[in-house]
Amino acid sequence: MRKTVIRSAAAAILVLCAGSFGSHAQDASEKEIERYREMISDPMSNPGYLAVDRGEALWGEARGTKNVSLETCNLGLGAGKLEGAFAQLPRYFADADKVMDLEQRLLWCMQNIQGLDTKDVIARRFSGPGRASDMEDLVAYIANKSNGMKIDIPLSHPKEQEMVAVGEALFYRRGGVNDFSCATCHADEGKRIRLQGLPNFSKPGKPAQETMGGWPTYRVSQGALRTMQHRLWDCFRQQRWPVPEYGSDVITALTSFLQKQAAAGELNVPSIKR
Amino acid sequence: MKRVLTLAALVLAAGFSTTAASAQTAKAPNPALVDAYMKSTFGKAPPEWQARIEPDETLKTCNAYHNEVPSAEAEKITAREMARVVYPADGKFLGNWKEGAKIANNGRGGQFSDPPDTVSGGNCYACHQMEQKEVSYGTLGPSLTNYGKDRKYDPQEIKNAFTKVYDSQAVFACSNMPRFGVNKVLSEQQIKDIVAFLFDPESPVNK
Ligand code: HEC
Ligand code: HEC
Repeated sequence: MRKTVIRSAAAAILVLCAGSFGSHAQDASEKEIERYREMISDPMSNPGYLAVDRGEALWGEARGTKNVSLETCNLGLGAGKLEGAFAQLPRYFADADKVMDLEQRLLWCMQNIQGLDTKDVIARRFSGPGRASDMEDLVAYIANKSNGMKIDIPLSHPKEQEMVAVGEALFYRRGGVNDFSCATCHADEGKRIRLQGLPNFSKPGKPAQETMGGWPTYRVSQGALRTMQHRLWDCFRQQRWPVPEYGSDVITALTSFLQKQAAAGELNVPSIKR
Repeated sequence: MKRVLTLAALVLAAGFSTTAASAQTAKAPNPALVDAYMKSTFGKAPPEWQARIEPDETLKTCNAYHNEVPSAEAEKITAREMARVVYPADGKFLGNWKEGAKIANNGRGGQFSDPPDTVSGGNCYACHQMEQKEVSYGTLGPSLTNYGKDRKYDPQEIKNAFTKVYDSQAVFACSNMPRFGVNKVLSEQQIKDIVAFLFDPESPVNK
């Protein structure tokens, strides 16, 4: 039952999204847009919630050489405490002596708590047809536990301050054959590239809040739940930069900077996006 | 389509009112620290890819000032970049506008997902309106409709446009526009074709 409802909802969104870029755009009535908004927060019609369910199962599954679950993993608010944890990430973890985003932290817990060889998990970091991603599912589950809460990353530790400062520098760092930086596409109001609107992240406020409050998201165009790691991987592709290493410091620095710009934004995830 | 766009524009306008973009203060972290981050994320990329993200003197200045360079620095940049512009040996700036139209519309090339033998386009429509009938255009740069006509097909303006496309920063320091010739994204012939697309009286840009 749930599956069919989700499938037809996804189909409706596909039509809606295709429409807004094709000739039938005028038909995309406000009513349809309203319906789309409702679907986002309705677990019965947002396919992202299938990932949430899978993530919940993975969180509790005993794996690795130590054959234990992730349930004692500390995401910043105490061992196993998930409520509100995502709203405060990335953050500094003393046991790793490092600032980590959720994905880096989960890999750390898999390695250190479960004794899991994460090679296969990393190989499946982005799902594809017939290939599920543990990371996407876990992030969907954990991030969902911060719904209704406000983005508020800790910035008291010097390494947290460093992350944000480096993230800001990286946001403006130009390179690649087109001399692009994040700022080329995301530092002005109301701009678009071809027909795609570009949120301005150069200052704190609504565009950053609404964006960061909506990731992870179910991307209709890709038929998959995606995390910020994937979004930034895709933006680096458009930036004509090399492939960024998954779960590495540049991504975490940029995420920290974006989270700072998004402070006080409310989480409602997984959302649904084009 | 128009209605959707207008609606989006209204929502944006309402959201932002009139706050001026505040100039960023230069409290940049130590460059060696930033390089260490870069290495951890891109250190495994092939050497030719890593070379592409090594900033030259001009980009170093743009990065340090978040592109808002003081005039003394701006003059240094435009002088340096002007010296890098290689004009056609035959003195001709205008190629075939029909080829130019294709290059302007082609956004391929330079992405890690592109096959290595991909011929790069100019991707001008990503940022500019050009011919009226193409409605899928971006707004990061100004509209270029009627570009040649508005400039009365003046030979000096034609040369300026060649310069602009070859090296945007020879004209405007820290421009967001790529330096197509200097970075070898477009060949001399492709740039001539693009300039013809802007300046040929027969080109749809001028219709
Ligand atoms: C060449 C242009 C370009 C560059 C450079 C670029 N982006 Fe993007 N970015 C886009 C586009 C296009 C989208 C998708 C917007 C949409 O879906 O409507 C996007 C989307 C995003 C989003 C999600 C927005 C949302 O509403 O969900 C984030 C976050 C983001 N970019 C961050 C970055 C960061 C950080 C960088 C630098 C590493 C960067 N981008 C570089 C074009 C770019
Ligand atoms: C990433 C966005 C971007 C791309 C891609 C781009 N431009 Fe630009 N362009 C700009 C911006 C921003 C300006 C305005 C600032 C400046 O003059 O540098 C500009 C300015 C120009 C101007 C000068 C306009 C004037 O005021 O007289 C010309 C001509 C031009 N671009 C042509 C092109 C052509 C041709 C292409 C494709 C080969 C292209 N641009 C690709 C961003 C872009």
